[in-house]
Amino acid sequence: MAGDEVTGSRGPGAGPLLLGVRHHGPGSARAVRAALEAARPRAVLIEGPPEADALIPLALDKGMRPPVALLAHAVDEPGRSAFWPLAAFSPEWVALRWALEHDVPARFIDLPAVHTLAWQRDDENAPAVEGEAETGDERPSGEGVGADVRVDPLAVLAGTAGHDDPERWWEDVVEHRGRGAADPFAPFLALEEAMGALREAYGSGGHERDLVREAHMRLKIRAAHREFGDGVAVVCGAWHVPALRRKATVAADRALLKGLPKVKADLTWVPWTHRRLSRAGGYGAGIDSPGWYAHLFDAPDRPVERWLTKVAGLMREEDRIVSPAHVIEAVRLAETLAAMRGRPLPGLSETTDAVRAVLGDGSDVPLALVHDRLVVGDVLGEVPETAPAVPLQRDLARLQRRLRLKPEALERELELDLRGETDAARSGLLHRLRLLGVDWGEPAASRGGTGTFRETWRLRWEPELSVRVAEAGIWGTTVLAAANARAEADAVGAQTLAEVTGLAEHCLLAGLSDALPVVMRVLADRAALDADVGHLAQALPALVRSLRYGDVRGTDTGALAGVAAGLAERVFVGLPPACAALDADAAEAMRRHVDAVHTAVGLLGDTPAAGHDDLRPRWHTVLRVLAERDTAPGVIRGRVVRLLLDDGAIEQDRAARLMGLALSPGTPPPDAAAWIEGFVGGGGGGMLLVHDERLLGLVDAWLTGVPAEAFTDVLPLLRRTFSAYEPGVRRTLGELVRRGPGQGGGAAGALAAGTPGFGPGLDRERADAVVPVLRLLLGLDEAATADGAVKDQVAGAKPSSAARPATGAATPMPLSFGSTGAAADGAARDGRTGAAA
Amino acid sequence: MSAPVEVSVEPTPAEPSRHHCAPAHPSAAGSSEGAPGPETREALRPHAEQAFAAELTALAAQDDRPRPARWKLSPWAVATYLLGGTLPDGTVITPKYVGPRRIVEVAVTTLATDRALLLLGVPGTAKTWVSEHLAAAVSGDSTLLVQGTAGTPEEAIRYGWNYARLLAHGPSRDALVPSPVMRAMAQGMTARVEELTRIPADVQDTLITILSEKTLPIPELGEEVQAVGGFNLIATANDRDRGVNDLSSALRRRFNTVVLPLPESPEAEVDIVSRRVEQIGRSLDLPAVPDGIDEIRRVVTVFRELRGGVTADGRTKLKSPSGTLSTAEAISVVTGGLALAAHFGDGVLRAGDIAAGILGAVVRDPAADRVVWQEYLETVIRERDGWKDFYRACREVSA
Repeated sequence: MAGDEVTGSRGPGAGPLLLGVRHHGPGSARAVRAALEAARPRAVLIEGPPEADALIPLALDKGMRPPVALLAHAVDEPGRSAFWPLAAFSPEWVALRWALEHDVPARFIDLPAVHTLAWQRDDENAPAVEGEAETGDERPSGEGVGADVRVDPLAVLAGTAGHDDPERWWEDVVEHRGRGAADPFAPFLALEEAMGALREAYGSGGHERDLVREAHMRLKIRAAHREFGDGVAVVCGAWHVPALRRKATVAADRALLKGLPKVKADLTWVPWTHRRLSRAGGYGAGIDSPGWYAHLFDAPDRPVERWLTKVAGLMREEDRIVSPAHVIEAVRLAETLAAMRGRPLPGLSETTDAVRAVLGDGSDVPLALVHDRLVVGDVLGEVPETAPAVPLQRDLARLQRRLRLKPEALERELELDLRGETDAARSGLLHRLRLLGVDWGEPAASRGGTGTFRETWRLRWEPELSVRVAEAGIWGTTVLAAANARAEADAVGAQTLAEVTGLAEHCLLAGLSDALPVVMRVLADRAALDADVGHLAQALPALVRSLRYGDVRGTDTGALAGVAAGLAERVFVGLPPACAALDADAAEAMRRHVDAVHTAVGLLGDTPAAGHDDLRPRWHTVLRVLAERDTAPGVIRGRVVRLLLDDGAIEQDRAARLMGLALSPGTPPPDAAAWIEGFVGGGGGGMLLVHDERLLGLVDAWLTGVPAEAFTDVLPLLRRTFSAYEPGVRRTLGELVRRGPGQGGGAAGALAAGTPGFGPGLDRERADAVVPVLRLLLGLDEAATADGAVKDQVAGAKPSSAARPATGAATPMPLSFGSTGAAADGAARDGRTGAAA
Repeated sequence: MSAPVEVSVEPTPAEPSRHHCAPAHPSAAGSSEGAPGPETREALRPHAEQAFAAELTALAAQDDRPRPARWKLSPWAVATYLLGGTLPDGTVITPKYVGPRRIVEVAVTTLATDRALLLLGVPGTAKTWVSEHLAAAVSGDSTLLVQGTAGTPEEAIRYGWNYARLLAHGPSRDALVPSPVMRAMAQGMTARVEELTRIPADVQDTLITILSEKTLPIPELGEEVQAVGGFNLIATANDRDRGVNDLSSALRRRFNTVVLPLPESPEAEVDIVSRRVEQIGRSLDLPAVPDGIDEIRRVVTVFRELRGGVTADGRTKLKSPSGTLSTAEAISVVTGGLALAAHFGDGVLRAGDIAAGILGAVVRDPAADRVVWQEYLETVIRERDGWKDFYRACREVSA
């Protein structure tokens, strides 16, 4: 390194070596390293908050791995923060490492964060925490890449050079320049000149606060100059270079810095990710392709060949056949394309085009994978444990103080009454922490009342929870912001619909109204693409439950109601086709879904969402369709008729007609039995039969018509159905059946002539004719005993067994037995009509 | 995404003429759709190199960039020819393909790297149109064409025999009938293969040697035809029909693939549909129906939303049906609706006229697609302002 020669080429006038860079530009980073190697400065000054000077040595720590970010936050309000993200290919990071490796002092010279954070506070247009973080972030990284709408220096330069894309222009002119250029300072000089012309034309370009920052930088440079002499290198955004070169009096600079607002600020290193460096990541460090930049920076030579080989490797991992010949052709295409587009080297767009045309068969699908895994990349930074505490910990401590919830290692139970403000806040905090993976509290079963306003928690603070809190620091600076960010990320990454509904419920419990829109959107998308009605039907009840929770807690649930109604619509459309060709188990599962949806729709109907005010009538339409669809399993059809009947959506007559159809002789008995199970199964079914003798008559008539060989098949089903009834109901049913159609013990006059399934009156002559035979057969006179047994039997499961007394074979048979007894039942059944007569 | 500027018609392989590029007809200069020359006056549709002879000549005259061997224009000029622009002397080059620049650049570059080019896309995305213009601009001749069908024989790609001569004089070069591909190889021109995936797999594979070894052996004569510089091949294929005769991976590897996308913006698509509908209506002598642009917009919106799986406002995701729902199908739905309105309706294109057509286009698979359609109807159309009539009409036909 010839020092003299270096001084000679250092540019206009001696003084500090000003290295203007593009933040996160790998070419800039390489150029900075070359320039520092050549110049060997005695001190390195870097654009960044000077409070972080104490943190600089950590950059050399073994536990430190970029991408990381300097995080400044206001001590009293951890939500007010700003980030300076640094990747391995950031020029600032390179300068920092170079200084540390060469034992040269490094300093940050930007305006202190105490002022910039105070500026944020004064900006009234930064209400949300995230918004503030963004504004804070734009400052260190935004202006170099031209993200500003007011004046975009690079766009102006690129436009002047005839390029429409400033990013690409910068890459071509600066980043992609061949390495090993003769003069390591030449690019910086050229850039300084261009920026000088721009600054002359545009002044501060609308960034009035830049002037203050630049004044501060000048003062710091001057101080460093006094201390180290000429051997000072400054790494800053290219935009600032002309201003730092400008001669300004100390007094003028001081005047600019006078009376700046201040807040108490604290700084630390936090881990960062490539995904967040990219624009898609939210915080927007301003680069689309951190993975590609990292590759450009790391690749020792032949970046395009290496990149395409990497892409090929990725595709092979994903089971696409990619041969070396493919890679060769892709490289050729990329290079020719670059030549055709007049670029010095193939850039990301050329390699992407080549990957699409050669490796990807023209499809965008593998390309999306390449973009996600390579162009952006999954790199996650690390910071050493010795880094100062993250603001999230502070925020948590503050909340713990305010809510009087001490972290204790001893397990204890906590009863919360959500109607109280403090308790509601405590519950919110615990739920949020759970979302963040900090399981301080476990929800426990509530001992007292079952109301939705009561919660019981089991609290226990384990030491490793502190680590979890530190890990969660990546999500945000306050518990609320972090939980919101985490919930959003979880929603996007969720695999199943049920996961997302669960998350939505959790968001409501934790009061995360910011994350809710994202979760709802993901939920709506998932629901739209999920073809399984079962999944949708499962998700709906949870969602409706959430709606009710939201009501208790006063959350705005408008969006939720909309999504729930949309989900219901999809279920309506999908349900009838989904009910075809089901086996018994699937039919039973589907019946449960129908029940759940019915309940949910009932609840939803009370909270009308825009455009979904007629959910209930539409649901009834769907049910009616199902009721008449022969391909649907009996259990569903029966249940559907029952639901309609309960809602008063069809008349009794119609229900009876449907039942008659389902139980007509042509229907296979197991199917009909399933219909009966669906129709009168569950609570209240028995009462229905008790009160509508016509229905009971239908059941009875069908049962007596079941052929003997089929009876054993339907018996278990029927038994399951009827054994679920209350004993009282069973008894009444039994009595009704014994009594026969619509009359009490032999009161022929009261006989309802119209009762379907029964003759108009009692044929005493025929009945009397049977009696002697009966007595003979039974060999006893206690007909009452037989009657009692019959009654029990009928109530237990099978009205048909009421036929027993007719033949006299009615030694009371316990109903718990299976088919052996049932065979006898079948044989006995034929006498049934006689008994009725 | 793209919008074909012209809706292309399959060019009929006509008598190849070698002088298309020459400015034989100065009268045609300056008008982009120039009058066809005398020898093709009867042709329904002139070849690209004839119709745009003036533009090609102007481009060639002012093209000072390096040209690959036997190229009539430099790659830059070819890209300009397809994408349009204004030359230094003020000649206006009309855009032949409206769509992403990237696609044309990749296509031209592929031809320049001596890799073969495969244009994929659903029907109606101007694959043939682009391939014809590429060949016209690169080689000045777009007629070296093999039309792929299920019955395309090997002779269509390699060579055939003039049997009268073969019998009379025995095998010789005179008795050999070269295929378009063979001629292109010998002369360093661009050959075109239409509907590559419809060609039987064993016939497709004859292309492998041609594309990798750049030679075509004639074992009967103990000779071979070696491709000279400038030879290349453009194939088109319908990517929805990929299953017909899928390319073997060996053949696939010889191609760079470019997928021609469907029109990017709804406006562009509405424009294409209405223009084309008007043309078809005229040629079918349908009674004139007043402007049905609102219904056309609706058809295009429905097609785009279902095709893309997301609503136009980007807020709701949708399932996509199994049909392609290409622009071409939208055109036929609107044409059918027009016929319905003209013959059986009140002469105004209404929602009811297009509902049945849309249903037919969307529901290809009676089970799965019907659910998709019903969901779309109930969750999207029902709530859309001003679409009540359409919703009702669709309900009627889907019930």
